[in-house]
Amino acid sequence: MAKQIFKKPQTMADKKLHYCPGCTHGIIHRLVAEAIDELDESESAIGVAPVGCAVLAYEYFNCDMQQAAHGRAPAVATGIKRVHPKNLVFTYQGDGDLASIGAAEIVHAAARGENISVIFVNNAIYGMTGGQMAPTTLIGQSSTTSQSGRETSVEGYPIQMSEMLATLDGASYISRQSVHNGANIQKTKKAIKKAFEMQMNEEGFSMVEVLSNCPTNWGISPKESVKWIEENMVPKYPLGDVKTPKEVE
Amino acid sequence: MAKTLMKGNEAIGEAAIKAGCRHFFGYPITPQNELPEYMSKRLPEENGSFIQAESEVSAINMVYGAAGSGARVMTSSSSPGISLKQEGISYIAGAEVPCVIVNIVRGGPGLGGIQPAQSDYFQSTKGGGHGDYRLIVYAPASVQELVDLTIEAFDVSDKYRNPAMIFGDGILGQMMEPIEFNKEPIDPSDLPDKEWATTGVGKKGEKSVINSLSLQAEKLEDHNQKLKEKYDKIKANETRYEILHEDAEYFVVACGTTSRLCKNAVKQAREKGINVGMIRPITLWPFPEEAFHKVLDQTKGFLTVEMSNGQMIEDVRLSVNGAAPVEFYGRSGGIIPAPEEILEAIERLQGGDQ
Ligand SMILES: Cc1ncc(C[n+]2csc(CCOP(=O)(O)OP(=O)(O)O)c2C)c(N)n1
Ligand code: SF4
Repeated sequence: MAKQIFKKPQTMADKKLHYCPGCTHGIIHRLVAEAIDELDESESAIGVAPVGCAVLAYEYFNCDMQQAAHGRAPAVATGIKRVHPKNLVFTYQGDGDLASIGAAEIVHAAARGENISVIFVNNAIYGMTGGQMAPTTLIGQSSTTSQSGRETSVEGYPIQMSEMLATLDGASYISRQSVHNGANIQKTKKAIKKAFEMQMNEEGFSMVEVLSNCPTNWGISPKESVKWIEENMVPKYPLGDVKTPKEVE
Repeated sequence: MAKTLMKGNEAIGEAAIKAGCRHFFGYPITPQNELPEYMSKRLPEENGSFIQAESEVSAINMVYGAAGSGARVMTSSSSPGISLKQEGISYIAGAEVPCVIVNIVRGGPGLGGIQPAQSDYFQSTKGGGHGDYRLIVYAPASVQELVDLTIEAFDVSDKYRNPAMIFGDGILGQMMEPIEFNKEPIDPSDLPDKEWATTGVGKKGEKSVINSLSLQAEKLEDHNQKLKEKYDKIKANETRYEILHEDAEYFVVACGTTSRLCKNAVKQAREKGINVGMIRPITLWPFPEEAFHKVLDQTKGFLTVEMSNGQMIEDVRLSVNGAAPVEFYGRSGGIIPAPEEILEAIERLQGGDQ
């Protein structure tokens, strides 16, 4: 009899994803679901979906989900966690959601040491609304609202959220990973699992920033887009753990 | 039961705790600060949680998360803060999760002042946030009513899965009156389970989603239709009002603090031989149209009195529907109308009608 060696994680719903061809949002969803499965938390997990391309994440995860207003996911997750302190509570947010409109919410959830985990998908652009500039858009990168390329004299500088949040005492684990190739996908998975584990051990706020692509709005092929992450994003957003608590270092 | 002397803002807090509320998220603003301050002390004693959020935007979204998770939860603020909460309130109404929001109204617009007002009437009753939705809005007129209506707000909010608002003002929030807690305190663990809430699949065996997104127009219309049916039910069952001197020829219409001043003016007017009564909406939404229909046949005129430049008067006019004159007297900016001013307005109403 044939042996099944690969299947959908239990925490991933049997639904067709709506993401564009080649978009790595799907990979990141899968990694989150696998980590929840491996920790056996699918029955306790409560996720918060953002506004952005992942707005329908509540349909894709096989666990309880709340859908938040643009940027407010960390506040919603805070409310959930205070009611259910033993459950695994996570948010899934894009860079427009987390670093722009929701900047205050993420900073203060981290500063409070809120015992939640944040999956922060950084694709350096607003995907859903059609490719506008994000706080993470690179210098020189063009978008529909910075058509000749982001210029520091006009649009200022990209924000390195992981480094910024790592300065806060309440943040216990901050890691930046990428999904542009197999090896990095594995590392991302490990980081997500570690963030969840730390939450279940009540160690406080954890966040995994994941460098992701947006072939549609970058206007390049999926293949070129992963190369673009490696060549352009990684130098600005270096990979690896940005902050770990002393005990797990 | 023994009476306790309590300040309005603190009485709301204790009433919420007695109603089984164990979570409060807020942000400081005058004149409601005693309420979050009280909760910050009392909730930890009850194994609950209190967070001073970084903003009202955040506070209301914490409420959204906690309410979606099945808890009885409250937030409070005053006018500019309630404006910031409108985004969250719209989401909460759209996602149909129950919660109680307290607005201790102060004069506006803009930063306005810190004195009592009722000028958030439109914002509270007509949907200050985006989309087609309604809040159940209570307008208490005493500290005792702050207590009773807060407890009722939690029950009604749960019953209909709809946010409810306590519409107070700086006077009610700040004044002290003897009160009693007439109902047995509720232990939140005795409340019925909310099977729709996010508590983790494990507890219910089925996935819950708290959501206000509907990308297909037909589905969203269905949802809006369902909400409308719910609002009609609330209208039919939860409308509250008080009528003084139901057989009068003239009626003053006022709510909350203003109604107390009007009561005094009505008394003085009646002593002068003017046959005037009072209609006091206790729910601002649903607005008690029925109270007006009851007295329309005999009424020669209505006088709406507000601590605003005239907002509730629009609902009064709709309820009266041209059957009698509707006059207005109001003060704004945080000024409280004196009973003598109201009396003069009643006399003008009577005079104008002859
Ligand atoms: C209050 C509010 N403002 C604006 C929007 C419109 N909006 C929807 S998605 C989005 C950008 C999301 O970008 P990002 O978080 O980077 O996620 P991505 O789409 O790239 O995955 C915006 C601005 C909204 N829904 N709500
Ligand atoms: S717009 Fe960009 S981020 Fe959004 S699904 Fe398409 S490729 Fe992915």
